[in-house]
Amino acid sequence: MTSKTAIEFKVNGESHKLEVFPMARLLDVLREQLHLTGTKEGCGEGECGACTVKLDGQIVNSCLVPVAQVNGSSITTIEGVAQGDQLHAVQQAFIDHGGAQCGICTPGMILAAVDLLERNPEPTEADIRNGLAGNLCRCTGYMKIFESVVRACQNR
Amino acid sequence: MRAYVPGYQLQTPRSLADALALIGNEPGVWKPFAGGTDLMVLLEAGRLPHRNYLNIWPLSELRGIEVTETHVTLGALTTYTDVQAHEVLRSEFPMLCQAANETGGLAIQNRGTLGGNIVNASPAADSPPALLAYDAEIELVSNRGARWLPYDGFHTGYKQMTMLPDELLSRIRLPRNTASLKHYYRKVGTRKAQAIAKVCIAAIARVENAVMTDVRVALGSVAPIVLRCKQTEDAIRGKALTDDSVNQARETLMREITPIDDVRSTASYRLRVAANLLVHFLLTARS
Repeated sequence: MTSKTAIEFKVNGESHKLEVFPMARLLDVLREQLHLTGTKEGCGEGECGACTVKLDGQIVNSCLVPVAQVNGSSITTIEGVAQGDQLHAVQQAFIDHGGAQCGICTPGMILAAVDLLERNPEPTEADIRNGLAGNLCRCTGYMKIFESVVRACQNR
Repeated sequence: MRAYVPGYQLQTPRSLADALALIGNEPGVWKPFAGGTDLMVLLEAGRLPHRNYLNIWPLSELRGIEVTETHVTLGALTTYTDVQAHEVLRSEFPMLCQAANETGGLAIQNRGTLGGNIVNASPAADSPPALLAYDAEIELVSNRGARWLPYDGFHTGYKQMTMLPDELLSRIRLPRNTASLKHYYRKVGTRKAQAIAKVCIAAIARVENAVMTDVRVALGSVAPIVLRCKQTEDAIRGKALTDDSVNQARETLMREITPIDDVRSTASYRLRVAANLLVHFLLTARS
């Protein structure tokens, strides 16, 4: 039996000090200790992207990151994408163009799309498909999601 | 069923020396934990029997890509994203970049490492066929020192490696001898992203006056280990690429590999696709 260890990290700009079991999944710590339930669990094995967050500027599957590995890191979850009441262009486009259905994949899709646009402000259609390839939508609403990202690019 | 998380230790060493001291003092007790993209899947499934892990992810000594006149040397913690972003790798080792691009999705590529791909020792891994075809060497380090060895031969059986319990994989070295070679990498999976390979091939060829003067062929998911197919190479090396010699190489490959039925595919499908991929490689090299 392992004892808990102290870690410090930032989530959406806010510093946190937590006592954690080192192998606890980042996903569970975000949801259960920090009550940031916007990050969803889908498959729990890195296949679906529902648990996507940004970790030190790169998207990761938070179900595959043991929390000991985020000590000293900076994380952005879906709760940190909007600026106050101002939605990100990707979020607004998902609302305007029907990019969300049941909503489970939506936080991960939006983080993957935001990450894509930050790295590549003018993506081709192939870039968008590749950027979202790690995110599954079980409602199969891919065309609306794809269209939302295209529109977000146009509206920025 | 999910594993009981408090039952697992994940200790973070301060340095590589610290890590080597720990595994040197207690060989076999500590196993390395890098990007976690395979181990965390097993943890969640309740199929991670080993309990004590060393968090090597923060060790800067195991990162970085160094280019000299003769070699490119990659730290074991080089991620698939790092591979794809590197100019020299893109121009001289395109199969490694393609393998990195076809491993998982972007979130996996940001965490998965070349060292992890090697030491996890899955015969279905995407980057090892490219590493074998590029004649990679690997460096193992321990408190006793460091040793370089050819990557070919490192895997001795399913999930078996010639690595001692007090050693860590530290670097991977690729000789820069790929100029004027033809590179052929194909991964066949259920879908383009995320899928684990049913069959994967990495092969390079030098063709001069329609004669195959140099050839290296490696396949994944067709044997207990990722396999450098030397009998197949011998069957075609030095020969003109005629329909007869291509067919002879094809038949040699079908004897050399030993695919199985499993959750992702069948032995007969793998055998046929592997043979087709080899023929496509040889015909592409000829044209």
